[in-house]
Amino acid sequence: MKNVASIVRRISRQLGSGTTGTLAPLLIALWAGFAIVIGERFFSINTLQSMAFQMPELGILSLAMMLALLSGGLNLSIIATANLTGLTIAYLLTRYIPGTEGVAWVGVQVAALGVGFAVAALVGLVNGFVIAYLGVSPILATLGTMTLCKGLAIGLTRGNVISGFPDPIVFIGNGTVFGVPFALIVLAICALPVAITLNATPFGAKVYMIGSNEKATRYSGVDTRRILLKLYVLSSLLAGVAAVVMLARFNSANAAYGESYLLITILAAVLGGVDPFGGFGKVGGLLLALVILQVISSAFNLLNISQFLTLAIWGGILIAVAAVPNLRAWSER
Amino acid sequence: MPESFIASFKRFRRSHEFWLLVVSLVLCAGLSLSTAQFLTMQNLFDLLTSYAFVGILALGLLVVLIAGGIDISFTATASVAQYVALAVANAYGANWITVCAMAIAIGGALGAINAILIQKLRIPSIIVSIATLNIFYGLLIFFTGGKYIYSLPDWFATGIFWFEFNWGKDTSYGVNLQILVLAVCFLLTWLLLNRTNIGRQIYAMGGNPDAARRLGFHIFGLNMLVYCYMGVMAGIASLVQAQLAQSVAPTVLVGKELDVVAAVVLGGASLMGGVGTVLGTFLGLALLAVLQNGLILLGVSSYWSSLFVGFVILVSVSVTAWSQRERHTKGTSP
Repeated sequence: MKNVASIVRRISRQLGSGTTGTLAPLLIALWAGFAIVIGERFFSINTLQSMAFQMPELGILSLAMMLALLSGGLNLSIIATANLTGLTIAYLLTRYIPGTEGVAWVGVQVAALGVGFAVAALVGLVNGFVIAYLGVSPILATLGTMTLCKGLAIGLTRGNVISGFPDPIVFIGNGTVFGVPFALIVLAICALPVAITLNATPFGAKVYMIGSNEKATRYSGVDTRRILLKLYVLSSLLAGVAAVVMLARFNSANAAYGESYLLITILAAVLGGVDPFGGFGKVGGLLLALVILQVISSAFNLLNISQFLTLAIWGGILIAVAAVPNLRAWSER
Repeated sequence: MPESFIASFKRFRRSHEFWLLVVSLVLCAGLSLSTAQFLTMQNLFDLLTSYAFVGILALGLLVVLIAGGIDISFTATASVAQYVALAVANAYGANWITVCAMAIAIGGALGAINAILIQKLRIPSIIVSIATLNIFYGLLIFFTGGKYIYSLPDWFATGIFWFEFNWGKDTSYGVNLQILVLAVCFLLTWLLLNRTNIGRQIYAMGGNPDAARRLGFHIFGLNMLVYCYMGVMAGIASLVQAQLAQSVAPTVLVGKELDVVAAVVLGGASLMGGVGTVLGTFLGLALLAVLQNGLILLGVSSYWSSLFVGFVILVSVSVTAWSQRERHTKGTSP
């Protein structure tokens, strides 16, 4: 036990006092705690794999939410966008795939994904235009597009499920590459470019600047409106990727899938150190937060504890982590 | 006198509420002409009854938004208050006074938890309320197993029916629990915001928290009052909803928080704090209610209703933002 404590202390010292400094020790403590309570079963291939299967949906959606949060905004329409995109793809696949072979078979799948992403981009354009060029507050604009997209999805499908897709699509959600779920690879494929864009491009720097002080950024000659428009399109496209993962995993699409994820994505992002008022937050922190949420959820599942208690614990952890900087300040006074 | 009246009308004409009123009236006029069922006593009473729950919550949220905060844990607060109050009433017996007292006390206590976390730990209200939404709701379902309560005490299930009167042939109307409570809550909130010193302080604090602190306002006390008020409204609204539904379903309220947010912000309340009126909230609520009701009466399939609602929200907020921009560029302050 003493060893563990010293390791935790050393790691936390190396990571510094930021969010990672709080989250990494927390993750290690959780992992150690659950290892003691659950034992070997917690580290079995099955458990790890099921964790890796469950994380990507929430992960990609949280990335989409994070982008909007970084600019000081919010994107409430991500789930509705994802479902509308998913339904578009699902409709095209089920309508045109049967009876096709060879090149056409591949072509239809690629085209369906393409049209789906076009729908997602369109929603992003509407969000971006209304927020950046008309000056509507992001929460209102995206509340509107959320209701609109959901209404469109429900109206067109009458609340029905569209299911039954070709194998390559199903593979995205359920297949593995050398034991690693393909969906996790998709999450990595999304997270890496987002991290690079945010940290190593002028666009990313401007996003952080807008989040810190939009007016100052505009007055220093940055076309904030263009940046915001791009940002919301990007956020929507990530929701589109989440849509593909979701429809592949469930092998179906519906207007109401994943609705309970909406506020959880904000929870995950904020837990990962994203400032809800914008300007601060890293992809790494978000991923760490996602792993923490997933570890708790999977461990409780193995222990046969209600998933609703998991929700409560997630909420408690968010408050605890959010309170840490302030408690530190208190203890140093 | 006439001049000041004209001046105040001119001010009103520029306000957000005026445009909402115009849109709502045009919508009402159109509906009255196109369907005979819209402008009937029956329909208006039904509308008030079915929107009482959202309306009462909207009033609580309005006060929180004006104070510069936000609360989205109220659906979970309402679920907890409803479940505990009526489960206790079933087990130990209760009357109107005790069941209301329980719901109000639970709502107020949960609101106080929000206020303490926000003020003492200095965590932004959006984070706290997302967290407490999950905590309250998760614990409620964990401890109750998500079981519904179908049998309510007789006196509660019967409800009230006051000032009964007849209209037309043989339909009688009266003030039921939902309408009575909705009216009382509107009156209370209007009094709090417009006729009390505390109300002015809430506006001032939302408009500029730093200035309010330097002026010596009791910031913690004000916030405590505001979040408790939201909690109390959630507690009251939950009873109204349970009486209408004739059952307690712990899982159906959570997820509706954004409907309430939509009504309040459509009514012109700003998420930045310091702005918002009871009249605006009423009109925002009325617009959403009349729109959904109208679509049903016109025979539009209810599958399409949220498409129209989304469209109206988007257009309405866009027009408001655009008109405010125009005014800014012209240089006349609002």
